[in-house]
Amino acid sequence: MNYFVEAFAWIADPAHRTGPDGIWTRLGQHLAYTLIATGAAALIGIPLGYWIGHTGRGKGLIVGATGAARALPTLGVLTLIALFTGVGVGAPLAALSVLALPSVLAGAYAGLEAIPAPTIDAARAQGMSEWQLLSRVEIPLGLPHLIGGLRSATLQVVATATLVAYVGGGGLGRFLFLGLKTQDYPQMLAASFLAVALAIAGEICFAVLARIAGRRHHALSNR
Amino acid sequence: MNWLVNNWPTVWQALWSHLLLAVPAIALSFVLSVPLGWVAYRYRWSRFVLVTGSSLIYALPSLPLLVVLPAILGTSVRSSLNVVVALTAYGIALMVRSTADALAAINTDTVTSATALGYSPIKKLFAVELPLAGPGLLAGIRVVAVSTVALVTVSAVLGIPSLGTLFTDGFQRGIIAEIITGIVGTALLAVLVDRVLVAIGWLLLPWARGRS
Repeated sequence: MNYFVEAFAWIADPAHRTGPDGIWTRLGQHLAYTLIATGAAALIGIPLGYWIGHTGRGKGLIVGATGAARALPTLGVLTLIALFTGVGVGAPLAALSVLALPSVLAGAYAGLEAIPAPTIDAARAQGMSEWQLLSRVEIPLGLPHLIGGLRSATLQVVATATLVAYVGGGGLGRFLFLGLKTQDYPQMLAASFLAVALAIAGEICFAVLARIAGRRHHALSNR
Repeated sequence: MNWLVNNWPTVWQALWSHLLLAVPAIALSFVLSVPLGWVAYRYRWSRFVLVTGSSLIYALPSLPLLVVLPAILGTSVRSSLNVVVALTAYGIALMVRSTADALAAINTDTVTSATALGYSPIKKLFAVELPLAGPGLLAGIRVVAVSTVALVTVSAVLGIPSLGTLFTDGFQRGIIAEIITGIVGTALLAVLVDRVLVAIGWLLLPWARGRS
């Protein structure tokens, strides 16, 4: 129990909060990694997932990507890219985006795939163009699945961003590795608590988002 | 390839350490999840708590969890016990839901017939429900196995040996071949463990053969 008290004391210490190596800076870096990497993954994954879901072409890519993502060791991808690009923010961003992509892709695709065929047929029968079908029927109905995909992607990135400090990229993991090197267990514990708190905060945000999307989805289906 | 040939003993050692962390975690998460999943399936009130609670575990980042566990378990940061416990927790997080879903997917008529034939709840579980849920359980544990094998590598940054050590060592010494060996080795090990599970399923579930 003593360690927990020390860890919270470490977080509570104002000296650890501000400055270039303070909690706020590292938290900001951690959040920036998460937003940029998930954003990049969304930019590629959503259009690609919609294209596959709409046309039904390249379904094998989804199966392959999600399977590979599960088996791919994140630390391996991170260290490999870091060796190629050198220490800095580039390697972590590239690695995190690669890791986030399969979840986003699968979410976008699954949303379209889950729509019952009669719904699509009905939309076509009403004379909707492919573009109208996608924008007015498929995207709104697929939203809950897409949010689910973005949720797992963000979760994965928030968690993996802790490892980024291993290749010199900063983030909350910085405190963890600093503590590991100096045998300062309370500091490692404090960093872990902060990372866990951030992950849980992310979960809550997405739970709220999913609830809002679910309600809209419900309203749409009953129209 | 040269690196692999020259350092084969290192890789072999890492492979075994990796298996010794992954296999107990996979086995434990199966053994613990089946009863928990059954409770979630049998008692409606517990489903929310168990399924939501276990998915919350999955939201915990792995490296911080590996750091927090020693404080709870009283182990050292470099103890492999932390890794087994953490991986088992992640395995349970995935597997409780799979178990509850697999049991819920059984045709209710079949279960009702068993009840009508006078099967006690325990006999019904072992003679009807679990065998019929078998393929679903197998699918669940295969997902757990693949993600567990990949997750083990994270513990290398704390100094716990596994194939992940090839990443940390390769990164520090700038050997790209070592990191690639680690990635390929982890993926191959995941495939191997998956194949073994499929084989076990083929032996234990003869009634499901040819269907999946």
